[in-house]
Amino acid sequence: MEKKLFVTVGTTQFDTLIEAISSKEIMEVLSNLGFTHVTLQTGRGKVQPKDNAGDKNHPSLTCYGLKNSILEDVKAADLVICHAGAGSILDALGCNKKVLVVVNEELMGNHQTEVAEKLAKEHYLHFCGISSLSDSLKNLDFSNLVPFPPGEPEKFASHLDQVLGFS
Amino acid sequence: MWLVLAFILVPAITLLIKVLHFASTKRNIPKRSKTKDAVSILAVMGSGGHTREMISLVNALGGHYSPRYFVIAETDKMSEHKIQKMESSNSKIIYIPRSREVKQSYATSILSTIWAVLFSVPLVFRLRPDVILCNGPGTCIPICFAGLLLKVTGCHNTTIVYVESFCRVTSLSLSGKLLYYVIDEFFVQWPELKDKYPHAKYVGRII
Repeated sequence: MEKKLFVTVGTTQFDTLIEAISSKEIMEVLSNLGFTHVTLQTGRGKVQPKDNAGDKNHPSLTCYGLKNSILEDVKAADLVICHAGAGSILDALGCNKKVLVVVNEELMGNHQTEVAEKLAKEHYLHFCGISSLSDSLKNLDFSNLVPFPPGEPEKFASHLDQVLGFS
Repeated sequence: MWLVLAFILVPAITLLIKVLHFASTKRNIPKRSKTKDAVSILAVMGSGGHTREMISLVNALGGHYSPRYFVIAETDKMSEHKIQKMESSNSKIIYIPRSREVKQSYATSILSTIWAVLFSVPLVFRLRPDVILCNGPGTCIPICFAGLLLKVTGCHNTTIVYVESFCRVTSLSLSGKLLYYVIDEFFVQWPELKDKYPHAKYVGRII
């Protein structure tokens, strides 16, 4: 049976994540978890692992830098691993995907990761650092994540109507 | 030297006091009807995530927000592409110089901000929007400044609205901190921020 992983770093550069995913160790972990296909979206990064067809012990690997819309790849995935960018997170959660956010440990606690940390606390996604990626993949339970409700911009709109005197 | 400083500082402080006073007093808002009255809106687009949130906000507004002006920074090609899709007969894209690039030094930021203010003031005075809507990128500061000037001088009763990004959970962005005390409506998307900033309004997640 097919099982697909999509890894996305948006328009940023996150070579250490790409290197980690394509490493022998993680590929083996993924294989043990039943993944058959891995697609890497590497953004502006310099590291671009070579595509390979995989074999019965390893998932196949496809890699690209940037494209207009990654939504097709998100939709096709069983698991999305992404950087802490709000755009990537919203794309993945918006498609009701299981999400693991991986952060640069250097940025942890920084406001750039606070939204991911908060969403993890509320059980919408899981969150880990590069060094714990392998353990996280092996041990995390993705079945306990809760669905992410859609945003409600119409609440803002009706509030603004009130402010402006529209009845 | 002191004389020159005094010449700059005294009017600046007077203006600041006037702005703060203006912001704290209750404004007179006319009764409007969605079918008969329309309000013009000027939305300041950011880049990347900011643009995405702004598009979600503007799309939620009713047809009585018309005409719609979208202000975007000259260097932002991605937003341009996304907004062009939203353009219609009652909307228009306007380009302005960028006030601060990510990672730009503070010294050159000041210069480019002055340049952006010089550009924004005549623009805002010409359009006289009923609503200025912004959500965080540096470009919104000169536009909001121009909007405040428009109000304080009594030229137009503009409502300035700021929506802090979904990415801000526990602290405001620099733009948010600068605008918190001086604008009309300040929205946040997380209850934690509402607790910290009581004047802010929390209306749930927008995106």
